[in-house]
Amino acid sequence: MTFEAVTYESIPHALASGIIISILCSAVGLFLVLRRYSLFGDALAHSAFGGVAFGLFIGIYPLWIACIVAILSALGLTKIRQKFDISSDAIVAILFATGLGAGVILLSMADDLDLHDVEEFLFGSAIIDTQNVITIFVMAGAILTILFFTYKKLLYSTFSEEQAKASGIPVDKMSYLLIAIAGVTVVISMQLVGVLLISALFVLPNVSAMLYSRSFKQTMMISMCFAVTATVLGIVISYQFDIAQSGCIVLVAAAIFVGSLIVKSAGLVKTAGMIAKAG
Amino acid sequence: MIVDIDKLSVDYSGIKSLDDISFGIDEGDFLGIIGPNGAGKSTLFKCMLGLHTQYDGTIKVFGNDIRDSRKYLSQVGYVPQKPVVDRNFPATIREVISMSQNSNDSGKVDDALQKVWMHEMADRRIGDLSVGQQQRVFIAKALVNSPKILVLDEPVTGIDQYNKDLFFQILGELNTKEKISIIWSSHDLDAVERLANKVACLNKTLFFHGISEDFFSDDEVLKKYSETSMQMHMHHH
Repeated sequence: MTFEAVTYESIPHALASGIIISILCSAVGLFLVLRRYSLFGDALAHSAFGGVAFGLFIGIYPLWIACIVAILSALGLTKIRQKFDISSDAIVAILFATGLGAGVILLSMADDLDLHDVEEFLFGSAIIDTQNVITIFVMAGAILTILFFTYKKLLYSTFSEEQAKASGIPVDKMSYLLIAIAGVTVVISMQLVGVLLISALFVLPNVSAMLYSRSFKQTMMISMCFAVTATVLGIVISYQFDIAQSGCIVLVAAAIFVGSLIVKSAGLVKTAGMIAKAG
Repeated sequence: MIVDIDKLSVDYSGIKSLDDISFGIDEGDFLGIIGPNGAGKSTLFKCMLGLHTQYDGTIKVFGNDIRDSRKYLSQVGYVPQKPVVDRNFPATIREVISMSQNSNDSGKVDDALQKVWMHEMADRRIGDLSVGQQQRVFIAKALVNSPKILVLDEPVTGIDQYNKDLFFQILGELNTKEKISIIWSSHDLDAVERLANKVACLNKTLFFHGISEDFFSDDEVLKKYSETSMQMHMHHH
């Protein structure tokens, strides 16, 4: 197994795509974290992995297949959850296991499989070509625009489903929209950090930001700053020490979280939140 | 008549929650809906707010059947039974009120906060407030789109006496000064007698609807209400 470190030539592409992916994951991840769907990104990534394997198996560019599989399986299971009253964590586990199981079977059946391709999707790639950078920017721009115009409704249905419904907000449609957006975000981000580490970009910057912030907008801004910092530092560390980029990004994000806990515990920042509850 | 409920019946898995309820609400009414736990008060509200659609009969708000149009919802403000607020939810009071706002006019948020005496706390985090304060925020939230009707489902459950009194004072002012019709469910008969001009007494069926004074001066009706409440209480235990 070979893990990729960033090379000097790949730094501009890695930084450009990394920064936009960080901003996107923070924005989408905040809604998932607040809905207690923290592991949903992970589950989507695993079902997307099934799609990647299918794409590699049939020889079609795997990311588009992954995108379709992730969104359809998540929407399907959400519908099943609503109809049969199955808990969210069980749905996450089902998505997680089924996606990975399907992926493993398809990969075991594929001839002439380049294991390097599989590793790239599992652990992220340090080398992102110009075409992919453009795709990432276009997709991220589209999702951020959708979020900009719907965030109030998404926030309201996240805050209180019942009250949002009573105000005439189509709560179910908002949930499907969020799932679809999360699915596309996962597929875009897979290229940077891979299937196995993707939830870190959704969860860590947001949970760290929630320790400092008072308002929703503040939380989103701080989270985006943390995510961009983790990505840029991660890429620089990866280049400097010739170690895997995705792991570096995730560990810097984790370090920011631990640092935030220490700052908060020491009482250096005064806001209500998780520490108060834990204490 | 701004709300007209006609032959409303609701079944939950074969068990009747509401049985053939008919009554109306006039403009300016302060209607107290009383009844024991499990009497169907919350179900009635859910139907009125369009949250529960599996029912027989019709509900008309401002003359429109709510099954045909949800437009009326913007004229109905809703304050839920218990504000279920995650302590860690990162939103200020101002943000919580803006969520339900139809426009982006921040002046309306300030006005709504002023009406519930919370304007000085606008930038505090919602999770830092007491339950009583949170309920006042939810009234402000319901008021931000200038509703003509305010629906409150046992809004003072679990609130201390000081905040209860404050809450009732605010409701009284909204009804008399702002001319908002109020539909309010409660267990607190004293408060209903003090505030409401009309009373609807519910226990799956409607066994009284009329002027508040008539209800509280009629020993027979009061006796029937306490008997039913006792039966329901024993049934629940």
